Amino acid sequence: MEEKREILLMKGNEAIAHAAIRCGCDGYFGYPITPQSEILETLAAEKPWETTGMVVVQAESELASINMVYGGGACGKRVMTSSSSPGVALMQEGITYMAGAEIPGLIVNVQRGGPGLGTIQPSQGDYFQATRGGGNGDYNVIVLAPASVQEMADFVDLSFELAFRYRTPVIMLSDGVIGQMMEKLVLPPFKSRRTDDEVRQQCPWATTGKRGRKNNIITSLELDPSVMETHNIHLQEKYETIRQHEVRYEEYMTDDADMLIMAFGSASRIGQKAIELCRQRGMRVGMLRPITLWPFPSQEVASLSQRMRFIMSLEINAGQMVDDIRLAVNGTCPVHHYGRMGGIVPTPEEIVSEIERLIN
Amino acid sequence: MTNQEIIQPENLVYQKPRLLNNNPMHYCPGCSHSVVHKLIAEVIDEMGLEERTIGISPVGCAVFAYNYIDIDWIEAAHGRAPAIACATKRLWPDNLVFTYQGDGDLACIGTGETIHALNRGDNVVIIFVNNAIYGMTGGQMAPTTLMGMKTSTCPYGRQSDLHGFPLKLTEIAATLEGTCYVTRQAVSRVAYIRRTKAALRKAFEYSMQGRGSSLVEIVSTCSSGWKMSPEEANQWMEDRMFAYYKLGDLKDIAAK
Repeated sequence: MEEKREILLMKGNEAIAHAAIRCGCDGYFGYPITPQSEILETLAAEKPWETTGMVVVQAESELASINMVYGGGACGKRVMTSSSSPGVALMQEGITYMAGAEIPGLIVNVQRGGPGLGTIQPSQGDYFQATRGGGNGDYNVIVLAPASVQEMADFVDLSFELAFRYRTPVIMLSDGVIGQMMEKLVLPPFKSRRTDDEVRQQCPWATTGKRGRKNNIITSLELDPSVMETHNIHLQEKYETIRQHEVRYEEYMTDDADMLIMAFGSASRIGQKAIELCRQRGMRVGMLRPITLWPFPSQEVASLSQRMRFIMSLEINAGQMVDDIRLAVNGTCPVHHYGRMGGIVPTPEEIVSEIERLIN
Repeated sequence: MTNQEIIQPENLVYQKPRLLNNNPMHYCPGCSHSVVHKLIAEVIDEMGLEERTIGISPVGCAVFAYNYIDIDWIEAAHGRAPAIACATKRLWPDNLVFTYQGDGDLACIGTGETIHALNRGDNVVIIFVNNAIYGMTGGQMAPTTLMGMKTSTCPYGRQSDLHGFPLKLTEIAATLEGTCYVTRQAVSRVAYIRRTKAALRKAFEYSMQGRGSSLVEIVSTCSSGWKMSPEEANQWMEDRMFAYYKLGDLKDIAAK
């Protein structure tokens, strides 16, 4: 039966909740924090436990939320949590355990300004935390950066697909702008939750109860250094495979550009407007928007940098992604950063002024 | 005569539980953990739940519980086992889900997760081995360390002005609406071992009947941490620990 694809208007946070129900998510575990509480609120209002059977739990803390995700992922289910920056800081323990034990799961970070309790206004200050692992030990997680309400919805299913393909946590690194703003979207097509038999079949490693097989043990602990090193090497090889296959990005007006803005998430939306203004004044500026922040589109940046007078990293922070750009560019062209902090979002006009300053 | 010839059904009075693996246990001689492990293995087998049990092991001496009982296991971060159990049970409600935790894990770093899992009435069983000391890290003060008791981080004895008081989390659990069965047992004598086994069975049964959460505390020894022989440790536990941590049921919904 062909499902009607209705165009709806909703907040980014609401889009995540509806997408989760529609993409076969088995469980959501979360704790309220601004600016993302609509995710839990929408799920509570939608009551998916009565329709798809999806479990929704308001946990006692972000520590509990992430460990519920650890448990749910360990037993093969598509589970997720969401929070904002201070809450995601608290979750780092669980994320590193998930990375170590190779447990799939989705963590949505609708970022706000920091450090500390910071502000409830938007920020992109958690780029380092998300792309460098964030917790203890040598690991990475896949990081997707949605730039629209549509992508907030679309990336939920994509995150689960990647999480189970590579048995890794996936972070959707959003921010207060994308979470709170309302835009048109088409919700993804409805997909049923996997049956218990399908989970057992697709996740033979999961702790689902033995049922005729050898017992499964989910752990990140190993006291024998040679075995632990072997496990680390296995993780690093997996990360290399992800780097080779999962880089995602979008180019905007780069064909004739001799100056490049790089921006992700909400900053890329402002950057697009700034590029329109620049083009009106005859400045040939284009944009590369990384969709995966890890793995980072290093090769694409390196290749574009060959013909750029400079690259400007536009971020709503003090300059974090700019490090990855410099590593990719490796001196081929100058790399600058422009950003605002503390919950201030830059305007297109000030970005244009900055580009004019850099040209001169 | 070979062993097999000696072990005839008519001669058999005792055997290793079928679900205990052959891995050498790392527990110290005289430690209560191995007895508790044995009881869990027996009860799961007797209830026919081997194929659908998920255990959550803690950080602490029992971290390697997964090496000893032949069921599915998830190893938790320190104190987080009850949160993991909550999700696991809700996502696989037909399975038996239990956590196995020590006093540091359950009553200190994981107090929040423990109380809230119990209070939600998650249909899980929390098995709490209380030996009043941090065993794995080498004998530091625990939340349940008795007043005056010496450990490496209270070498002059626990005193209230410096360290506060020993925490009775089991008494707290009994006040929570979500719990259906809260009990405190021991494994230092055969009679106690039998009662502990019956308590574990009751807790597992309530869990599978969906009656709410259970907490089974087992007052235990740590002869290495206490710097005593196993025999002295048992005696000290019965003299000192039982006086503060009184054995018996604190709550049983069926008894109402």
